Amino acid sequence: MQVTLTWLDYLILLTYTGFVVGIGFALRKYMRSSSDFLTSGRSIPTWVTGLAFISANLGALELVGMAASGAKYGAITAHFYWVGAIPAMVFLAVFMMPFYYGSRARSVPEYLKMRFDERVRALNSVSFAVMTVFASGISMNALAKLLHLLLGWNYHASLWICSAVVLVYVLKGGLTSAIYTEVLQFFMIVLGFAPVVYLGLKDVGGYHAMAGVLSGVATNPSALHLRDPGVSYGAGAWTSVWRTLLEGPTNNPMGVDWFAMVFGLGFVLSFGYWCTNFLVVQRAMAARNMTAARNTPLIAAVPKMLFPALVILPGMIAVALMAMPSKGYRIPAPILDNAVYARAQAAVAAAAREPADQAFKEVSAAVGRRMDPAKVAALVADCAAGPMSEAAFDDRLWNAVDEYDYDGVILSLVKRYCPTGLLGLALTGLLASFMSGMAGNVTAFNTVFTYDLYQAYVAPNKSDEHYMRVAQVVTLFGILASIACAYFAKLYNNAMDIIQLVFAFVNAPLFATFLLGMFWKRTTGTGAFVGLLLGTMASGLVHALTIAQGNAPGMKGGYLGVAHTFPSEMAQNFWLATFAFIVCFVMTAGISLVTRRTKPDEELAGLVYSLTPRIKVEGTPWYQRPGVIGTALLGGCAVLNLIFW
Amino acid sequence: MGLDIRWPIGLMFTLVGLVMTVFGFITRSDAAMYSRSLGININLIWGVVLLIFGALMLFLASRKNGAGGPPQK
Repeated sequence: MQVTLTWLDYLILLTYTGFVVGIGFALRKYMRSSSDFLTSGRSIPTWVTGLAFISANLGALELVGMAASGAKYGAITAHFYWVGAIPAMVFLAVFMMPFYYGSRARSVPEYLKMRFDERVRALNSVSFAVMTVFASGISMNALAKLLHLLLGWNYHASLWICSAVVLVYVLKGGLTSAIYTEVLQFFMIVLGFAPVVYLGLKDVGGYHAMAGVLSGVATNPSALHLRDPGVSYGAGAWTSVWRTLLEGPTNNPMGVDWFAMVFGLGFVLSFGYWCTNFLVVQRAMAARNMTAARNTPLIAAVPKMLFPALVILPGMIAVALMAMPSKGYRIPAPILDNAVYARAQAAVAAAAREPADQAFKEVSAAVGRRMDPAKVAALVADCAAGPMSEAAFDDRLWNAVDEYDYDGVILSLVKRYCPTGLLGLALTGLLASFMSGMAGNVTAFNTVFTYDLYQAYVAPNKSDEHYMRVAQVVTLFGILASIACAYFAKLYNNAMDIIQLVFAFVNAPLFATFLLGMFWKRTTGTGAFVGLLLGTMASGLVHALTIAQGNAPGMKGGYLGVAHTFPSEMAQNFWLATFAFIVCFVMTAGISLVTRRTKPDEELAGLVYSLTPRIKVEGTPWYQRPGVIGTALLGGCAVLNLIFW
Repeated sequence: MGLDIRWPIGLMFTLVGLVMTVFGFITRSDAAMYSRSLGININLIWGVVLLIFGALMLFLASRKNGAGGPPQK
């Protein structure tokens, strides 16, 4: 199952590595102060910050995960982009960027301190710093595992070498270097994956032929073991974004109702991520002036809008290929441990003397997964007939597993279509996404840690050189901590799931705090702080009392009793966020009304909508005004929604 | 900041494009190798695409007063 890379593939990989490291060194001489290092001294052109804005988000998990969702749920996954990201990015540009950029805050937590008080900043900066390191570690572990299993690369080597490359260029050139390399990585990802998608689409006979095949899959998804027997959707379920959504949760592959999709995913989760996450907002804050900062998310929105073709389409192609028997393709099975292979070998040998159904049961029990009866029977027969090499046995056993590891979709397509040469380019694209996501996390982490934790609480009033040195040490620490988290994720998968769950609880209510803080001057620090805590607790409580269909009470919710059953895990997530948002919104507003304001109007100028003078756009030509561009983008997004209705 | 990112992007893609184009040209009769890519010599074709993209970036960077860079995709 493994492909071998030739010198040519390594040459392409090395060329890329040489250039990103070179950019770091070229920028070294510009790093004179801590603000050069951590905030780029606000000097970067708009198109650069714009592309870096999406590239920082386009980590390996995004690439791998979106293709996985494309296979699992079909085109409806595009709502993460067309209902979620794009409107949120327009909102950030038009309404929120003036406060972030105009306040001259150096980070999102610092804005919260200016607007509210130290408590809110401390809460946000600590949770953000911890979360960033864990997110980075989880992503690194996932990719290193994938590279090991599908390409045979050494897990530790992939992890450490990629980290070392990121460390070198971030340490040398700071945020500027992260942003510049993110632009290079953006083009690398797009140009590396575009030919793979093109070949895949050509293989299935073009988009319309693929849609035809997928409508057959949608009416009987259990034929490919994509769903349990008896489940059936409308013909367009894998290719339409709204039609099946409006027919209700049992009629679309994601199992979500339209309200949870629009309000939970679109409004609460996406606006919460794109408008408040410092990882992306930092890129816009590095722009050279207010107009540039506001246009950053708008420039980013153009390619973002088209990304589903690059990241979701491969998943749909994979399902279509699987439905065409002549193509001989399947989505890879989940990875099996070496111990499983050893157990299975013994079981298969013993099974030769037993009746077929008994043999099948024993082999299935040894593997611990759902198996394909015909493939198991053939394997048992062939093993009995003569000796089989271990590699061949492992390969056939793995193929006989009748479950899918959707995260393997993208690499399996790369392996299927890429001859040496293009293979190197596509893998470089994958590693580029890995590095851009990691560098994004590290640069956001070091800024928040240095300014919002170290300078604020540990050592205020030191010289700028001191903070510059601290920032560099923190960069190294951040990368080492991410590596530690990657190993932690490798060893304790379940503990990691719990940590991610807690982060989801913390993030869900965040947007309510920003919304009230920016648009209602009456919001108080106490209201924001207590509201955030209660919102987080509310999402934890909802999770403890509800469950998704097919899950047993426990890690996935319902451990305090089951008050409600959601049709799917996605629906549970979206509703959870909705509840957290509403609780945080209502509590923040209510507590604000009964507590005294600590900041007078003068102190809130530039931080709250009603107390900030409107930005004059008369000087800029109409086509450069954020309001105009934003409206045009929303129009374009609406058209895409209609085309794939 | 003093570096125009279009230079390294342009240089890198020109280089990679050149390597892939030359390799694609040399292996143009290797049908077995390109059976993976549905019989298309994807190295040659995509190498040329990268070459054009790289050259375009270099051209944009080399124009005078283009330091700030016009917004472009």
